[in-house]
Amino acid sequence: MIEFEGVTRRYGDTAVVEDVSLRIEKGEFFVVIGSSGAGKSTLLRMINGLISCSTGRIRVDGHDIAALKPEALRRRIGYVIQSIGLFPHWTIARNIGAVPELLGWSPQKIRTRATELLGLLKLDPAVYLDKYPHQLSIGQQQRVGIARALAADPGRLLMDEPFAALDPITREALQAEIAGIHRDSRKTIVFVTHDMNEALTLASRIAVMDRGRVIQVGTPAELLIKPANDFVGAFVGRDDAGLMLLATEKVTARMRPGGVDGGPSINADANLRQALSRMLLTRAERLGVVDGSGRRLGAIHIGDLVRR
Amino acid sequence: MVRNRVALFLIAVALAASWGLPFLTHAPNRLLSGRPIALVSVLAGARWFVLLPVLLLAASPFFPTRRSAQLVVAASAAAFLVALVWLAGSEAAALAEAAPHAARTSLGSAFWIMLASTALMLHDELRRLGASALARSATYCAILVGIAALLAAGKLDQLSLLREYAGHRDVFTAALLRHALIVILALAPAIILGIPLGIAAERRHRLRGVLFPVLNLIQTIPSVALFGLLIAPLSGLAASFPALGAAGIGGVGVFPAVIALALYSLLPVARGAAAGLAAVPSAAVEAARAIGMTAAQVLRRVEAPLALPVILSGLRIAAVQAIGLTAVAALIGAGGLGAIMFQGLFANALDLVLLGVVPMIAMALLVDTFFSLAIAASNRVPR
Repeated sequence: MIEFEGVTRRYGDTAVVEDVSLRIEKGEFFVVIGSSGAGKSTLLRMINGLISCSTGRIRVDGHDIAALKPEALRRRIGYVIQSIGLFPHWTIARNIGAVPELLGWSPQKIRTRATELLGLLKLDPAVYLDKYPHQLSIGQQQRVGIARALAADPGRLLMDEPFAALDPITREALQAEIAGIHRDSRKTIVFVTHDMNEALTLASRIAVMDRGRVIQVGTPAELLIKPANDFVGAFVGRDDAGLMLLATEKVTARMRPGGVDGGPSINADANLRQALSRMLLTRAERLGVVDGSGRRLGAIHIGDLVRR
Repeated sequence: MVRNRVALFLIAVALAASWGLPFLTHAPNRLLSGRPIALVSVLAGARWFVLLPVLLLAASPFFPTRRSAQLVVAASAAAFLVALVWLAGSEAAALAEAAPHAARTSLGSAFWIMLASTALMLHDELRRLGASALARSATYCAILVGIAALLAAGKLDQLSLLREYAGHRDVFTAALLRHALIVILALAPAIILGIPLGIAAERRHRLRGVLFPVLNLIQTIPSVALFGLLIAPLSGLAASFPALGAAGIGGVGVFPAVIALALYSLLPVARGAAAGLAAVPSAAVEAARAIGMTAAQVLRRVEAPLALPVILSGLRIAAVQAIGLTAVAALIGAGGLGAIMFQGLFANALDLVLLGVVPMIAMALLVDTFFSLAIAASNRVPR
């Protein structure tokens, strides 16, 4: 659990983060979104003490972080940034093992852990363990960046626009990866982005920031249906809000059993927005829902998309 | 078609020098000016073989730019450098047999010009080959070993430079050691102070704004003037505290030389440290802090290893500069190879000047080679 209590950060006379009070529950995928300069990165970096509070208090698991040794705090919180920041003079194995090394794990245990994490992030350990960062593509480097953040199995993960510099295909793959890691580990993830689609795909709750203040906190659906003000409305894309809402739900959530064979179909992993898009393209009012091996699970009708 | 204009120019210079200028000069004694001896008149019998690499070098600007051709050119240049020295030594030995003991055979201007242009050709060719620091150092060391072998075998003993050495052997060894000692004593405080200063300057804008202008100002003071400036305060210090004077601290001698040279060395050392740290990727430093490294761990594990090549480049400049400036320190009684050089200058004995200068150049080259190897080895990001 991470709590902000009236937190303000000033540089001179300007407040970059102003009077923020938040409660991020254990196991949440908490996305902070806002335009650039809104203070979201500053907010994130205050959690692990890279930036201190001017006033107010931040508590991690009930402990005021101002009273903790910053290095000890940071070793328990994973950190992933857009610019990745792998150590160019260390092998991938040593990069991943950076925090365990600081914590004094045995070399053998570190190597085992690095091997395990590379596998988790879908990089072949035999190929990559002893390579250097510059020998990897940007997408692969960010996979290693995530592995480094996970190395000492921290309960929380801070991610600062981690996928903003990636091409769309790599970005989607890594979004799926981190969603899977969150699903399997139930780690608390605080994730900063300026991409609303990314936020809607990943978040269990979203905080919208503008000029240092948190304007609204809510689930993706709450933000889309009831934006607190025009700023949030514009940010979630008022005109497309309905479509975005569809994107937050899987077809399996509204699927009806049975249905006819033949005709167009859609994978069970797809969301309702993708289903609608497929209906429009195929000019079909209903789709079969199939699993990865093509086995029929049920069907979805165009009316199911509107039903609440 | 001309493929290498640099080589063509250097060849032209070398050929013109060998044609119009003396390769050696032969004088009845060290005070009289000598009779010029052209390169052509030296070439007789087996010595014609020396021209073999010359032919290759002369044709080299027209060679196709192929690796094998470049390797042949580099090898020829290296061989010719040693051959030139051998040629001068063996002619001097031949002349000495027929002349009285006081007679002197000196290296002429054509020798130096050919030596310099061949060395430049070699350097250029190695660069074109993309030779590694190790390969370049090995080539230069091979040439030095060749010349050292000629020296050890006594093949060069009749050159006036070596005759001067024979006459000043004790002084020379002491001067060489003193020179090295002054350089080491000056670099030690420059490194101990300069690296932390450079690191601090990189972190604090305000310190940077003061430190580098001051160090730059020191660099602009001519060395003779700085040595002079130090005489008054340091001799005053020694006069007020006799214990200091007894410990060798005073306005003249090694101590002021070391102080002045350390001041000069501070700028390249501190700037190297600051530039090295500035070149470390900021994302890596941010990540290092964010995963929980302490400031000392960030410095030791991330910043220092990544900055090391640039820091060593600063040290290299400081060391080579100190070797040269130490020559001037002889003027305030610090000794060293500069003392031999000035003795030669004041006595109008060119060979004595060379006895001071040539080892100084050799020392600078060796130190430079050492640092280029160290820089290559310290580059932790493999290619």
